Amino acid sequence: MRPTFSIIAFTVLSGIGYGAWFLFGLGAAIGPACSAGGLSGPSGATLTSCHAPFDSFAALLVASACVAVGLLCSLGHLGKPQRAWRAVSQWRTSWLSREGAIALLTFVPAAVLVVRYGLALQSPTDGVAVTELHRWNDASWDETGNRLLGGLVALGSLATVFCTANIYASLKPIRAWHERHVVPAYLLLGLYGGTLLLHATTTLSGATWHRDRLVLLVGTIALAAGCGWIKLRYWRSIDAQSSIAAGQATGLETLGVVRAFEAPHTEENYLLHEMGFMLARKHARALRRIALVAAFAVPALLAAVALALPAVQVAIAWLALASGLAGLFVERWLFFAEAKHAVTAYYRR
Amino acid sequence: MPHAHLNLHAPTGDVVKTTTCYMCACRCGIRVHLDDGRVRYIDGNPQHPVNRGVICAKGSAGIMQHYSPARLSKPLLRVGERGARAFREIEWDEALALATQWLGDIRARNPDELAFFTGRDQSQALTGWWAQQFGTINYAAHGGFCSVNMAAAGMYTLGGSFWEFGEPDWELTRYLMLWGVAEDHDSNPIKLGLGKLKARGAKIVAVNPVRTGYGAIADEWVPINPGTDGLLAGALIHALLHADRVDLDYLVRYTNAHHLVIRAPEAPDDGMIARDADGHALCAARGDDAVRIVRADAIGIAPLVVGEVRLADGRVAVPAFQLFAERFMADDYAPEAVATTCGVDAQTIRRLARELADVAFEQAIHLPQRWTDAWGREHAEMIGRPVAMHAMRGISAHANGFHTCRSLHLLQMILGAIDTPGSFRYQPPYPKTAPPPNRPGRARKADGALDAGPLGYVHAPDDLVVDARGEPRRIDKAFSWQHPFAAHGMLQNVIANACAGDPYRIDTLFLFMANMGWNSAMNTGATRAMLCERDPASGEYRIPHVIYADAYDSETVAFADLVLPDTTYLERYDCISLLDRPISDADGASDAIRQPVVQPDRDVRPFQDVLLDLGARLRLPGLVDEQGAPKYPRGYAQYMVEHERAPGIGLLAGWRGAGGANDGVGTPNPDQLARYVEHGCHWHRAVPAAGRYYKMANRDYLEWAKSLAFVGSTQPVVLQFYAETLQRFRLAARGHGAMQPPERERARVERYFDPLPFHYPSLSPLAGEGAEGGWGEVSSQDAPHANPLPQAGEPKARYPLAAITQRPMFMYHAWGSQNRWLRQIATRNYLYLNPRTAAEHGVADGDWIWLVGERGRLRVQARTHAGTAPGTVWSWNAIGKRKGAWRLAADAPENVDGFLLNHLIDESLRDRDGRARCANADPVTGQAAWFDLRVRIERDAEPRRHGHRIELAGAAG
Amino acid sequence: MTALPPPSAKKLGLVIDLDTCVGCHACAVACKEWNDGGQFGPLPDEDPYGTQPHGVWFNRVHSYAVEQATQGGTRELTVHFPRSCLHCETPACVTVCPTGASYKRAEDGIVLVDADRCIGCQLCAWACPYGAREFSMERGTMQKCTLCVDRIYNETLDQADRQPACVMACPTRARHFGDLGDAQSPVSKLVAERGGYALMPEYDYQPVNRYLPPRPRRDGCADAGAKPAPEEALDAAQLPGVLRWLDRVLSR
Ligand SMILES: Nc1nc2c(c(=O)[nH]1)N[C@H]1C(S)=C(S)[C@@H](COP(=O)(O)OP(=O)(O)OC[C@H]3O[C@@H](n4cnc5c(=O)[nH]c(N)nc54)[C@H](O)[C@@H]3O)O[C@H]1N2
Ligand SMILES: Nc1nc2c(c(=O)[nH]1)N[C@H]1C(S)=C(S)[C@@H](COP(=O)(O)OP(=O)(O)OC[C@H]3O[C@@H](n4cnc5c(=O)[nH]c(N)nc54)[C@H](O)[C@@H]3O)O[C@H]1N2
Ligand code: SF4
Ligand code: SF4
Ligand code: SF4
Ligand code: SF4
Ligand code: SF4
Ligand SMILES: [Mo]
Repeated sequence: MRPTFSIIAFTVLSGIGYGAWFLFGLGAAIGPACSAGGLSGPSGATLTSCHAPFDSFAALLVASACVAVGLLCSLGHLGKPQRAWRAVSQWRTSWLSREGAIALLTFVPAAVLVVRYGLALQSPTDGVAVTELHRWNDASWDETGNRLLGGLVALGSLATVFCTANIYASLKPIRAWHERHVVPAYLLLGLYGGTLLLHATTTLSGATWHRDRLVLLVGTIALAAGCGWIKLRYWRSIDAQSSIAAGQATGLETLGVVRAFEAPHTEENYLLHEMGFMLARKHARALRRIALVAAFAVPALLAAVALALPAVQVAIAWLALASGLAGLFVERWLFFAEAKHAVTAYYRR
Repeated sequence: MPHAHLNLHAPTGDVVKTTTCYMCACRCGIRVHLDDGRVRYIDGNPQHPVNRGVICAKGSAGIMQHYSPARLSKPLLRVGERGARAFREIEWDEALALATQWLGDIRARNPDELAFFTGRDQSQALTGWWAQQFGTINYAAHGGFCSVNMAAAGMYTLGGSFWEFGEPDWELTRYLMLWGVAEDHDSNPIKLGLGKLKARGAKIVAVNPVRTGYGAIADEWVPINPGTDGLLAGALIHALLHADRVDLDYLVRYTNAHHLVIRAPEAPDDGMIARDADGHALCAARGDDAVRIVRADAIGIAPLVVGEVRLADGRVAVPAFQLFAERFMADDYAPEAVATTCGVDAQTIRRLARELADVAFEQAIHLPQRWTDAWGREHAEMIGRPVAMHAMRGISAHANGFHTCRSLHLLQMILGAIDTPGSFRYQPPYPKTAPPPNRPGRARKADGALDAGPLGYVHAPDDLVVDARGEPRRIDKAFSWQHPFAAHGMLQNVIANACAGDPYRIDTLFLFMANMGWNSAMNTGATRAMLCERDPASGEYRIPHVIYADAYDSETVAFADLVLPDTTYLERYDCISLLDRPISDADGASDAIRQPVVQPDRDVRPFQDVLLDLGARLRLPGLVDEQGAPKYPRGYAQYMVEHERAPGIGLLAGWRGAGGANDGVGTPNPDQLARYVEHGCHWHRAVPAAGRYYKMANRDYLEWAKSLAFVGSTQPVVLQFYAETLQRFRLAARGHGAMQPPERERARVERYFDPLPFHYPSLSPLAGEGAEGGWGEVSSQDAPHANPLPQAGEPKARYPLAAITQRPMFMYHAWGSQNRWLRQIATRNYLYLNPRTAAEHGVADGDWIWLVGERGRLRVQARTHAGTAPGTVWSWNAIGKRKGAWRLAADAPENVDGFLLNHLIDESLRDRDGRARCANADPVTGQAAWFDLRVRIERDAEPRRHGHRIELAGAAG
Repeated sequence: MTALPPPSAKKLGLVIDLDTCVGCHACAVACKEWNDGGQFGPLPDEDPYGTQPHGVWFNRVHSYAVEQATQGGTRELTVHFPRSCLHCETPACVTVCPTGASYKRAEDGIVLVDADRCIGCQLCAWACPYGAREFSMERGTMQKCTLCVDRIYNETLDQADRQPACVMACPTRARHFGDLGDAQSPVSKLVAERGGYALMPEYDYQPVNRYLPPRPRRDGCADAGAKPAPEEALDAAQLPGVLRWLDRVLSR
């Protein structure tokens, strides 16, 4: 299949965006939000100190941006983008429709979260200096409401990526996609990308070392391993797939050995342009290696280093994200480039 | 619910008009659906006898031809160099005045200085007549480079032919042999027929080096080596004779197989048929006592087909059949002897012979249909030999095509399979006497018109169009000793001869609908150069004037001094006349018209109107009345109705006579065209049931045919099993008679004018027959251009492969590539070769390779195809185009990747020093030998680099 | 609505006879012509007179070389193969559509695209293993074979003309149109007697169209497995030369 930028950008960006949203939402849902801090205000009352998940509101903003940009990219692939709104109507049968619907729905709790955190940060109560950015003191902070919203965002993100994955996994004519590793891989890679994103963006909060980040670093290493493993499994399995031959496509195999003689038209047509994309085996091999190293190995190593010497972690966090993103783009390019559509069997390809 | 705007009852258009398709020469009936003035949809006319509602790819794409950006829109006058495509648009008056001046001067000086040649033209009934009125002998249509071998062999043997004048019995045949047919003119009828055969489960055998198209659906593919069909047919005849599976009764009834042939070696009538005092052919018949010599056309006799007899004058004679049997029963036609040459193994040949005999005799058809034979005898049934053959250019486009085609006809005859139920059938107005009586015009009458049409059938040396020295009088050398039976002329030689001034110079080359600047030319590069060649002395072009009538911006337009833009086929009246190339089928006679269904939006005029206008301006006899006023001011539509060839006979056979009540013969009917339009623009008259078969000797048919003026008398047509006509020329070559060939032609004539068919290898020196044809020393023509020419007669080994072309079903010669839909199917062509051949040459599928022939080499892209005989390479014809033509992008694949084989096909056969000795054509008919081309394959250093290249020996490019 | 309708009794479709098809492209061009000017048109062409001409075709004719094992060796077949929408009974091209533009008609099973709803996501084209869907940037919406729904019911046409354009055009009559849901229909009978088959059943889209396989070739060389035909000798009895006919009594 032809790797089109719009779709690659869409799946990668929204993927990591949703990954980050998922983690953030989870943080909001189950993470400790507020704690009775030691300081006491002028009235002498003790203050409750609250903080955003991973101490990073910025992370939420960046993640949201990724999701939004990703979804916008997907419009680039449409012949009639102005009609995109129609796409949510067929959720009963169409994974694409479901994806659209859930993606839109997920924006609601996400938006509310953004607003709430935003407002809370603007208005710390009775003028007590907010000791740290992304932390504030508020006795009246509604925890349960937040946990609920966080949960919804986490769920929505998970569901959206699940739908995206199924758009591809449900297409029988493309064996490399109609394959059991595709859905889990999409979920894992999304989560992994989200981790990288969060880890980098949390550094924006300027806050000092925090245990949440430990989670992210360890998570990075673990997920990198998991993702690497599942991609290897995936590649092994598609390499084992037999491609459909002309004899099978035409039903003439019963007669003998079938070879394409003349194509309907001598020049390339829509079908071949869109689905006849051919990638040389040896190039694929090389690119797979690049993907593995850039997307998973490098960030994992960097994470380990960060654990060892927190001093350099800020730089490292961004390096890891950069390498990871690049790797994921290569991985996604391959996901398309290596997929062969059944229709090519009718042609000399 | 979905699809708010779906309307299931939208009308196709607002008006429907019928007319005749002209996306090819099949000429099907079409319905043109118009939507406020624009062509919306074209489909087949279900009422039409030719296509019965079906329509081919070309026909459906006609809409895009009609709206092609390559349509010419105004008369053009050359302002730059020839070939440079520099023109000035001029008004029609200026264009016609100029043409009138050029042609007027010629006519005053010497009408033969006008060479008027037409290509895909279907109005030869007009153009030929016009040339006759002008008085030039130098007229011909495209047949000479097309399939005159089929036409001539057929007309001289059967009085009909495979080519357009006959068809297999699609309803009843059980066994069809297709010899060298890819598409043919009867595109749709053949496809409809094949569909019927398939549905009926009849066996189809394709004898063809390539298995595509019709061959693809055949039961059996016989991958013959090109040029060897005569041998294969001979071997089949051999097997049938040895097995005595021959319909002798049919032979003695309908052919001249029993006629006695004089055996008197030195005599002036050796090999002629023995005749009585009144010229009636004689035969030996079994009397109750002894063998008696009686009139061969007598009935109730028991003729002998073998055995020597003594004639009254004491000389010896034998039945023609015996000569035939002696030749074909000999070992050189034994299946084992021909197997390797043909590339068909002996068992297969024997099996095919067995199958033919089995179907013809064991599965004979007895049609319960009473009929009366030409001698008045009643028959209760019609006996059918359900073996049908059809052959086309695979046979004819070789220099041995005439005799090969005769072999096929004789094979049909011994199976009793000509115009019987289930066999090959004549299409009215055929059969005519073999050969037909009309001879080529040679002398000019007082009014300057020719005494007869320029084309015709030569019966004896006296009919040749040669001068006192026996040298050619026609510019193309048709009807000369080099090609005596060139019944359609030799368009392929006009340019080379005119350029070389051999036999003489002409003033104006007037071309109509012939792309001689590209795919219709042999040795295309050289031909293009000749059109631009100047006389060093005068600085004048060797061909001073070129007038060309085309509808589109073809390659040839570039070489014209004056371009007369024609309309598209949807914008004019046309006439598909029985006097021309009929569209009849075996069960009925048909003719048709084209009517304008849309008005031209450009300053173009129907060529037929222009020709009549020109004729009137030239005051040609028949084109102006006594006062000198134009006779047909309303153009072709008027001519079609009012012109009479003979009293009561005009271009159209339908609705003649005052009230339109007459068929075939009748006074002109002013409402005739209206009648045609009412009847879907065609006329069809069914053959009476009792006349449907044995037409050559069926009184019911002959009387019907006579009533329509197809035949002059109801005398039977005797099939020329033994072609006495050829013997007349052979005798002349032996020094008998007043008209004798020039010294250097004698050997050729003696060899090729054999009254019985025989096989000989291609004339091309490259086919290892350098001496073939035995030319004398004197060159009849200088080499058109000097170059490092090949050594003639080089061993076949140097060029081991035969190279041929095939018609793509979706393209018509040059026309298709300007069509946005058709060109998408093939914007480029490949060289197809057998995977084994490719492997031997280290060529991979898709490699670019060099195709090397005597004239030069072409860089082409190779594709492997298992359905191609290992000794053959081929490509689709006329896909390659010349940059600048057809309004295609300069770097369109047709220009930069597609190719023509024509560059490698020589128009002449040359001697050692490259001097042209005679045309690369059949020595009997002058048929261009397109398929005699031999080549070899060379690899390219960068086989994956795209790009076609033409590298010719010598200057021409 | 891209939810598939309940299986309809009426299953309109095409039956294409590969034994008779000569690969002439008439069906493909007739199709292009009918639909280009019709309400499902235009069928755009890109660069029509240029270097890379390509356009929208609802019907494309392939050809294949088949090497068949026989006792003697191999038999080379050339098989022509027209390819258009098969109007499947359970096609994913419909269910994947997010807008409802791609749908299957409940009344006759014809699969259509409503251009007014299509957003041009091309997912349906990806979902079709038979390459029956065509997309052009010029229109931005998906197109495909309509089974000439605007002909077959069209009351402005003569009864005889209410057939798909490709079927009317086919010069060898290798294309047949009818109701494959009705076991008694001529097309169903044809399929039954000729062993018509569906393409790539493994996808379980259940195509309605059927292809009739090339009949066995009767060319004398027995197929692998079968026993060779007995060499019946045609001219075993070597009669004397031409004189054998000397005392043959013929009548004229
Ligand atoms: N290598 C190779 N060469 C071949 C052959 C082959 O088999 N192999 N076949 C040969 C044979 S059999 C033939 S018949 C020739 C065919 O060759 P031609 O008879 O020359 O046919 P076209 O090449 O189509 O050229 C016909 C010209 O007529 C023009 N034309 C089309 N429609 C109209 C119209 O309505 N009015 C006018 N005035 N002009 C029109 C076209 O633009 C074109 O320029 O090719 C020959 N060349
Ligand atoms: N679609 C379409 N139809 C056309 C035309 C067209 O251009 N396009 N042109 C029209 C014209 S002008 C003509 S003359 C007719 C020609 O009609 P065809 O005679 O069918 O034309 P060709 O394609 O030249 O066919 C030559 C066939 O003979 C085979 N062949 C070549 N050499 C040999 C041989 O030595 N022996 C045998 N047995 N076979 C051989 C070739 O493989 C090819 O299949 O078609 C007419 N109809
Ligand atoms: S066969 Fe020739 S005449 Fe008939 S429809 Fe096709 S192009 Fe027109
Ligand atoms: S029109 Fe008929 S014969 Fe021609 S390609 Fe189509 S199906 Fe085959
Ligand atoms: S052939 Fe393709 S487009 Fe047509 S119904 Fe089946 S899946 Fe859908
Ligand atoms: S391209 Fe149009 S028809 Fe196809 S799935 Fe997308 S919206 Fe539906
Ligand atoms: S049925 Fe109509 S739309 Fe479908 S291929 Fe045939 S002509 Fe084209
Ligand atoms: Mo021709």
